[in-house]
Amino acid sequence: MTAATVAAPRHTVITRRGPIDALRDSLVLAGRNIVKIRKNPETLLDVTLQPILFLFMFVYLFGGAIAGDTHAYLQMLMPGLMVQNIAFASLGTGTALNTDITKGVFDRFRSMPIARSAPLVGAVLGDIVRYLVAMAVLVITAVILGFRVHTDPGSFLLVIALMVVFGLCLCWVSVFVGMLVKSPQAVPGVLVAFIMPLTFGSNVFAPTSSMPGWLQGWVKINPVTQLTDAARGLLNGGPWADHAAYAFLWALAIAVVFFPLAFRAYRRRVG
Amino acid sequence: MTASNQVAVRAEALIKTFGNTRALDGVDLEIPTGTVLGMLGPNGAGKTTTVRILTTLLRPDSGRAWVAGHDVTAEPDKVRRAIGLSGQYAAVDENLTGYENLYMVGRLYGMNRARAGARAKELLTRFRLNEAAERPAKTYSGGMRRRLDLAGALVAEPAVVVLDEPTTGLDPRGRMETWEVIGELVADGATVLLTTQYLEEADQLADTILVIDHGKVIASGTADKLKSQIGGERLELVLAEAADLPATAKVLAEVGSAEPVVDEHTRRAHVPVDTGSKALIEALRRLDAQDIAVLDVSLHRPTLDDVFLSLTGHSAEEEKDPS
Repeated sequence: MTAATVAAPRHTVITRRGPIDALRDSLVLAGRNIVKIRKNPETLLDVTLQPILFLFMFVYLFGGAIAGDTHAYLQMLMPGLMVQNIAFASLGTGTALNTDITKGVFDRFRSMPIARSAPLVGAVLGDIVRYLVAMAVLVITAVILGFRVHTDPGSFLLVIALMVVFGLCLCWVSVFVGMLVKSPQAVPGVLVAFIMPLTFGSNVFAPTSSMPGWLQGWVKINPVTQLTDAARGLLNGGPWADHAAYAFLWALAIAVVFFPLAFRAYRRRVG
Repeated sequence: MTASNQVAVRAEALIKTFGNTRALDGVDLEIPTGTVLGMLGPNGAGKTTTVRILTTLLRPDSGRAWVAGHDVTAEPDKVRRAIGLSGQYAAVDENLTGYENLYMVGRLYGMNRARAGARAKELLTRFRLNEAAERPAKTYSGGMRRRLDLAGALVAEPAVVVLDEPTTGLDPRGRMETWEVIGELVADGATVLLTTQYLEEADQLADTILVIDHGKVIASGTADKLKSQIGGERLELVLAEAADLPATAKVLAEVGSAEPVVDEHTRRAHVPVDTGSKALIEALRRLDAQDIAVLDVSLHRPTLDDVFLSLTGHSAEEEKDPS
């Protein structure tokens, strides 16, 4: 006597589940992350306070020296700061996931009949809210300091959309690292080494032409530079489509490489 | 075939190795529907590994297991639909309220909003968390957190509930609260697999106890059966005067079923007895006749700790050196 004699469940709550249910599971878990953000607004400090400090520091401390005029510098800096802000915001995903795994929350999820990918995808989708809040705080502060969109609302929304897509692709690097390191605290430490050359080795803070040749080589291919140029074009007027396409391809490439890596590390980590 | 002889969980020859450590070395177990199996063993004995295999979180290297009629490796989704797991680390989201935690679990089980909300309220009432329902779980005591975690495992009314060390790390009060809740669960007819390091806990809650050590099942049966394996009761005396010990030992040898054991230093003497309180009264009468003053007297049923000690040569709760 083996499986045949084993009793059927007392109660059957769930019917067959397909891809739609997988998406639904992910959305429920994304909702969980959004509630967490609402309850702990202080977790947004890293993506709100830091860019505000950067804004003040660069505009008033270095702006005059770099661009000759703080207002002109603000108009140039702001689109780049949005990119930097998104890049930093995407780091939080891995930290949050590592925390959940360490605390055993994922064991509960994985013992439930939900899609395998749902906890991961849910966390990433929930982070869109983080990105949007981070963008909103930065934009409002910049507008108070005198920043103006010289194009149209449609272009502005396109910039926000580009930023979110970039963040969603970049965050898989953070998820990957989050699956590899033991404790949540270790995640940002490892990622700083990756994010610093990406955001500071760009044209966000200073024009590429002012840099030595060897650095220009990197800065020109850096996706942060490309996305910054796209955002400048869209917000200040000027060409943007090629830059946006280039940045998008970069983001896609990062996602294509790191999504499978992150997923494999996830499966290994949680058994 | 009636419900009483159905089996809710069965495992055959489970083996799992991590690196050089054989965590499970051929574990067999069987839980009849509607009963509680207590898996008892020290840290690192293989309890959690067994739980993780039965709840589809881990694949065994070899061996097979079925939960609610489904093979855990071949049909993990069907198994997940039939189980509720409450883990060693209470898997509640500290940032969410008690209600939000349970509501989210209900939604993940595919319930609609109304059903998930109603179920969450039902469970909060049942687990006496009503008043704390709207507070974030991080403000809960250890016992409340475990209760919330347990409630989370029961949202979908699973046929099989798996509780991995449900009271580890709780204070006595939290432990009592959790026991009460598990007791109610059992009364409702759920099939429960419970792991514990506490002998008292297995004794209190389980119909059948499985003693596990070094990844092997070393004994199984009811608590009474295990206790009877190491003999009957034990009569223990503490004397006022150490000088009376030889005479006392003589008396104990007469009323007991084996050689008495005497400890001069603590002025204690004990002996196994077959006749329980009769032997106790007879011993006291004879000692009284010789004017031997007795400070303390007790009749012990063997504890599961005694069982463990006699089975393994080490106590269940002592830390083992890593070897």
